[in-house]
Amino acid sequence: MRSLLDFILRIHFLVLFLLIETFSIILLINNNNFQHAGVVNMSRQLSGRYYTRVSNIRQYLSLEEENNKLIEENTRLLNLLESTNKSNEVIYGNVLDTVLNQQYSYISAQIVNNSVNKKHNFLTLNKGLLHGIRPEMAVVSKDGVVGIVKGVSANYSTVISLLNLEYKISAKIKKNNYFGSLSWDGKNYRYATLNEIPLHADIQIGDTIITSGFSSIYPEGIIIGYINDFEEKTGSFYEIKIDLSVDFKNIRNVYVVSNLLQAEQNKIEEQIQ
Amino acid sequence: MIKDIPRYLVNFVVLITLQILIFNNIQLGGFINPYVYILFILILPFDIPKWFLLFIGFFLGITIDLFSNTLGMHSSACVFMAFLRPFILKIIAPREGYESETYPTVSYYGINWFLKYSLLLIFAHHTFLFFVEVFRFSDFFSTLLRIILSTIFSFFLIVVAQYFYRKQKRR
Repeated sequence: MRSLLDFILRIHFLVLFLLIETFSIILLINNNNFQHAGVVNMSRQLSGRYYTRVSNIRQYLSLEEENNKLIEENTRLLNLLESTNKSNEVIYGNVLDTVLNQQYSYISAQIVNNSVNKKHNFLTLNKGLLHGIRPEMAVVSKDGVVGIVKGVSANYSTVISLLNLEYKISAKIKKNNYFGSLSWDGKNYRYATLNEIPLHADIQIGDTIITSGFSSIYPEGIIIGYINDFEEKTGSFYEIKIDLSVDFKNIRNVYVVSNLLQAEQNKIEEQIQ
Repeated sequence: MIKDIPRYLVNFVVLITLQILIFNNIQLGGFINPYVYILFILILPFDIPKWFLLFIGFFLGITIDLFSNTLGMHSSACVFMAFLRPFILKIIAPREGYESETYPTVSYYGINWFLKYSLLLIFAHHTFLFFVEVFRFSDFFSTLLRIILSTIFSFFLIVVAQYFYRKQKRR
């Protein structure tokens, strides 16, 4: 203890210098913004470097756990991706109008499965019961008629494509309202055939064919296609080759048309029969 | 020792006043500041106790700091300078040592000795002060240039002041 005191006495000048100098520096740092910022900055850098080292070492120790976490995260994010999930978004277009009684309501949908090369082609849409889609609704795209809803599940619906041998649709020539029955011959997805147009009807190549609106399914006036060619068949009818306006190979967005008055129309028609 | 006190008090007040009112406002070329007030530490008696020297240095520095709003900057530099003074004095001591009743001034030990003595201490003080002021080593050489130029300028003023001092004494 005594030798320690001796030692301190011997270096008292240095100790005193260090004390006063330290005091001065503390004054300096506490009272001058520039130096204060400098010290804070430096200490932050030092501590930052230290913590970086420590965390680098720790990272190795917890690498497996981290990997597992990342895998979980990846899975979760993949499940969130749009491509994995169905969009439940539905755009309804009901209009409240007392003068005009809205008859048709459109629901947007996307085609998730499609074919054109079979005899009985079907489409699958990403909307179903939950979105208000019911069987017997019409499906159209911006270019024209696509098909009719056949089966509906909660989230999906299947559509009988126009390109189906068993499907017939009531169509008419736009300029003179002669109507007939349109069907597909199962050969080329670009063409369909319109029958039952009488021979005295005035038709020309390029005339527009639209839906007749006679069925309770399609609204009137939706484009089906254009006359490509026609010939006289035995009897008194033309057989008209129709150039379909919808390119079934590249449709994606379609609208499902719901006829709000369908039930009423069907009911009254049944009464007559 | 006691009889020196009034004279040093006057010195203290005069040097502080000159420094604050005149030399603090001189900035040659934007970065050469003369610090003449440290003359006070240079001319303190040889036999002053070392611990007292440190306190005087601190007190001198903090007085300047208070007036130039740089609390701690000059005081730390002056304490550093006061700490070095005994060692410098020992290194450049004449062969026969320092006589009693003398002061470390030009009039007692000649211009050559005073040049060495003051240049070393002024350089030490300025080095400490300027590095504390910029507070980093990244612009080392521009800071060093400032230190050297300011040292030369302060040194010149201090030596000139010495000659005033000598005349005063002889009168």
